[in-house]
Parts: sequence; structure tokens; C-alpha cells
Amino acid sequence: MANGPGMFRRRNPVGPLEYTRRAWVRLFLLGTFVFLYVPIGTLMIYSFNDSRRNIVWRGFTTKYYEKAWNNDGLIEAFTNSLTIAFFSTIFATVLGAMVAVFLWRFRFPFKAPYEGAMALPIVIPEICMGVALMAFFSRVGWPSGLPWPINLSSITIAHIAFSFPFVAVIVRARLVGFNRELEEAARDLGANEWRTFWDVLVPYMRPGLVAGALMAFTLSLDDFVITFFTSGPETVTFPVKVYSMVRFSVTPEINAASTILIVITVALTVIAMWLQGRAQAADKKRK
Amino acid sequence: MTSEPGAAPIISIENVTRRFGESVVAVDDVSLDIREGEFFALLGPSGCGKTTLLRMIAGFETLTSGTIRIDGQDIVGVPPNKRPVNMVFQSYAVFPHMTVADNVGYGLKVTGVSKGNRAGMVEEALGLVQLDGLGGRKPDQLSGGQRQRVALARALVKRPKVLLLDEPLSALDAKLREAMQLELVRLQHSVGITFVIVTHDQSEALSMADRIAVMESGKVRQVAPPAELYEYPTNRFVADFIGKMNLFEGRAEAGANGVLNVDVAGLGTISVPSQDTVSGSVGIAVRPEKMRLLSDQPDPSMISVAGTVSEVAYLGNESHVYVETEAGLKLNIVVKNDTRTVEPAVKLGDQRWAAWAPGDTLVLRE
Repeated sequence: MANGPGMFRRRNPVGPLEYTRRAWVRLFLLGTFVFLYVPIGTLMIYSFNDSRRNIVWRGFTTKYYEKAWNNDGLIEAFTNSLTIAFFSTIFATVLGAMVAVFLWRFRFPFKAPYEGAMALPIVIPEICMGVALMAFFSRVGWPSGLPWPINLSSITIAHIAFSFPFVAVIVRARLVGFNRELEEAARDLGANEWRTFWDVLVPYMRPGLVAGALMAFTLSLDDFVITFFTSGPETVTFPVKVYSMVRFSVTPEINAASTILIVITVALTVIAMWLQGRAQAADKKRK
Repeated sequence: MTSEPGAAPIISIENVTRRFGESVVAVDDVSLDIREGEFFALLGPSGCGKTTLLRMIAGFETLTSGTIRIDGQDIVGVPPNKRPVNMVFQSYAVFPHMTVADNVGYGLKVTGVSKGNRAGMVEEALGLVQLDGLGGRKPDQLSGGQRQRVALARALVKRPKVLLLDEPLSALDAKLREAMQLELVRLQHSVGITFVIVTHDQSEALSMADRIAVMESGKVRQVAPPAELYEYPTNRFVADFIGKMNLFEGRAEAGANGVLNVDVAGLGTISVPSQDTVSGSVGIAVRPEKMRLLSDQPDPSMISVAGTVSEVAYLGNESHVYVETEAGLKLNIVVKNDTRTVEPAVKLGDQRWAAWAPGDTLVLRE
């Protein structure tokens, strides 16, 4: 339109909402990205560094992955972490889903405060949770020195306590979109309440359950603060072990182990987000 | 398929009341009989209690008092899954995680019909609603109209004594709605099951139902076949709610020989044939299409009043003409456009006579 003779030929002007075409916005995006990922990137790159001191790049190697694999203490800690994550995920998912269904389904006195209290562990500083749980376990005289894997019970319980509210929040959000007529339709067609729950409500909750479970798993796997307060010398988890190793020196072995943990956590988070996104897309299509 | 009056009711509703809290009465002392094999409509504006009544029959709403019997059996307190009725929900409520065939077969599966027997019944039900071959689809691959057919098949496959339909056509576009109206009637004739439909759309009720119950604020105002409801409404609410109506207020005095003399402000005293001998305040009602628009005063056998044309709405096949009299009465008259012309038959400001036969006048006591 503005290309008449005698006018300057211009490229498409930047539209009012095309922020990403402005130079300073691009610079800002790049800046935040660098700030976030340079440390992590460095850690991952140096896990392949062929140097003991880990300061100067001396060539590519995978020997520290091998070394980490052969470090019995590290592998034991890793096994502990996976075991704890496995059990706490199962319990946190069931407990969280039950809380979500209760809050969604029933009206009862003090429901709003109850709902708020359920979400509180999400915002309580972890250090306070850790101290509180440590005090709790010593107060009730929780037995220690039991054989594996029962000796992990206190950590597992602590992990369930801080991760089930996350599951509850995710499943509760999923239930908001549930059409009660689906439940009534199942009842109308001859299903009793129990059958309706399993045939209609649980399949609907499934994406929320899976996302919640993956969330609980990653939370448990990389938790340090609460675990540190509730673990004993015999029950070292992976993050706690890494911390104790770092106190002597930062070796590429730790970089290697950390890289593996990052990869696992990121992969699970991506799966969780993908599942939720897919369920939302399917809902949208249905409407 | 319509059974004769006097046939045993399949649903009998006796003095049913439903209160929500202290002040809200959703359903107020309703008594109704729905006959076996008929297409029955509950019609009324939103909030009149029609959906609550339907949900009571299905078992999703409790009764404050009264009884409901289905096929002679008192069903108050019977859970929804044990009632011999099935429902088509307003949102269709097709299970999104199941295929079409699994949806239709669900009601059979939960009541223990074996997988082998199920397949044939599901196939047959899908054929009935013209969804042959779509059993393997997921609901999100279907159109709105097809999903509704799934909901219909899913309910009909259970061979209920009564099929309940909650505003089944409200989510469809106008064309599809009209086609579905005809199809529901066809379906009802072929399966012979009693249909009870809830709707706020009077044309839907008039075109589909054998009998209609008109509800207003929790009460049933009239139960009648469509034509009777339209031509002989028994109260002002029904007269006004169904179709268009010219309503006047008057005072009646019983005359001789089945003639009622009614004094209507602005019309004078008119004589209308009436079997009742009413006196006191009454409503006088005349349908717009029963009125004539005339240039000259008609003979005194017609009831007539002079006025000025104040509004004309041209609708193609007909025009809605409003005539205002000197006394301030406003009459709505339907003029058929049965001659091909682009010249308007009436113009604003024309002096005309509105006239109708005494026999087309309704006297409403309520």
C-alpha cells in the first residue's frame, strides 16, 4: 500500500505486538537463557573433561562415567534414591488423588481452610519441613538401623509428606473440567458408584495422575534439604552423597553423576508436561 | 402408537414437591400421568422445574414429598442404576475414553450381558440411529449430531420402559434440529418406547409430542395434545406462552343460550359463545391469525374495532400488522401475503378495522 513511486521501499514495519522482532527483546531473551543454562551446560561439558582438577579443558573422555559407575558408594546412594522415589511416588499419587477427589466431590465444613492447608507444604520452606520431620521422627522414636530397604522408611515418609500436595493440586486442576453428566450417565446405564468411579472418573483423571506421579518422582529423586535432615549414615541418597563428595573436591565424576540426574529429571518432566498438554488438547477438541 | 386415553400410565407422578432450602420450590405439588407408548413433552421457560422433574424420574434428584411410580412400582429411594428408565443428557455425556461401540455396550456390560450377546445388540442399536460401521470411532472423531445419536443408541440398547431426553436438540444448529425432530418421532414409532422430552422450545414440543405439559414456576399449568393446547389454552400463561396471542382483560356476565357477555375496556361489550357460565374478571384471547384486517366495518356478526396501523413487520410469507385503537388497545394481526406483489398491502397510519368471529374468542378464567 505504501509502496507508491517516490516513497521509500521498506520492509514490513514491526507490529505493535511483535515484540520478538525488537532487538532489545531478543537481547533480553538471550541474556536470561545464558544466565540459566551456562552453569548447567558447563557442568555437563566438564563431565567429559579428561582432567582430574576440572579447571582446564584437556580433551574428551567418558572415563568419569565409568568411574562413577564403579563407585560403590555412589551406586548405593543412587539405588537408595530410586527405591525411595519409587515407593513415595506410589503412596503420594494415591494419597494426592484421594485428597483431590474428596475436595472436588464433597462439601464439608471448613473445606476452604482444609484445601489451603493441603497446599501449604508447597510453600513452606523446605528447611522448616526438614527440621520439623527430623524432630518428629526423633520424638516418636522411629527405629533406626533396620535392614534395607526398611531403613529408608523415614525418608520415604518425609518424601510422601512433601510431594502428595503437588499430586493433589495437579489432579484437582484436572477434575475441574469434569462433566458431572458423564458420571450420571454411567449411573443411569446401570453402574453402581464404585463401578462409575473406576470406569468414568479414573480414566478421566489418568493424565493428571501420570503427571502428578512423575512430578512426585522427580521431587523425591532430587530432594536434598528434607532428605539431609531425615537420613542417617546408612541411608545416604544420591543428592546427599554428591554433597559429601563435593566437600572434598569437585571431580568430573560428580559432574558425570549430576549429568545423569539432570537427564533423568528433565526427561520425566518433559513426559509429564507432554501428557498434560495432550490431555488438554483432546479436551479442547471435544468442546 | 399413541395409546388411547384411559390406558394404564407408565409413569404416574403424584403430588410431587421438591424444595431447595427454605424458599425455593422447584417443583410444586405436581401430579401427572404419562401413558405407555406416548411421546410426552415437558415444556416451560427456564427455571420452571421441568428438568428437576425429569431428573426425579431418572433418580438424580430427591423428592421432598409425593410419589413417583414407574409401571406401577414405587421408585422413590431406588438408585438411578436400578430404575427401568434411561436418559439422553443435554451434553450427551458420551464417554470420551471409550469407542462408540464401547459406549453403546457399556450399559449392557455393567449389567452382566456377555460379550458375545453384546456385539449383536450394539450393532442393532447403531443401525437404529444410522451409525452403522462407526463402532470403532472415538467420540472426538464424531460431529455433535453423531454424538447425540451415540447417546440415543446407548440408552435405547437397554430397552428402557421410558426414555428421558433432557433438551436433546438445544446444542444442534437449526437445520439439524429440524431433521432430528422428525427422526426422534420416527425412532419413537419404530421402537415403541415411551419418550419423555424436556424442552423450552414450543415449536419443538408442538411438532414432536403426542401430549404436552406446560410448566410455570414449579406448577403444571395445562396438559393437552398440541392442537388442543394451541386452540384451547385454559389459562393466560399457556395462552401467552404458546404461539402469539392478543390478550385483553374484561368482566363477564352470564348471558342466555350459552352466550357470555364480556365488557372489555376499549372494545365495548362483546358476546362470545361459551359453555361455562362465568362471571367476574376474565381474560379474552384471540390468535393473530384468526383476526382479519378490513378496510370497512364488517357486519355485526363479527366482533370488530377500528384503529390505526402502527407497525408492520414483513416476514415474506406473512406480515405481522399492529393496529392501535383510540382507547389504546394494541392488536396483532397476521396477514397472509398470498398475492404476488411488491406493493405493501398496508402502510403505517392506515385506518383499518380489526375483526374476528365470536367463535374464535377464548375466555380465560385463570
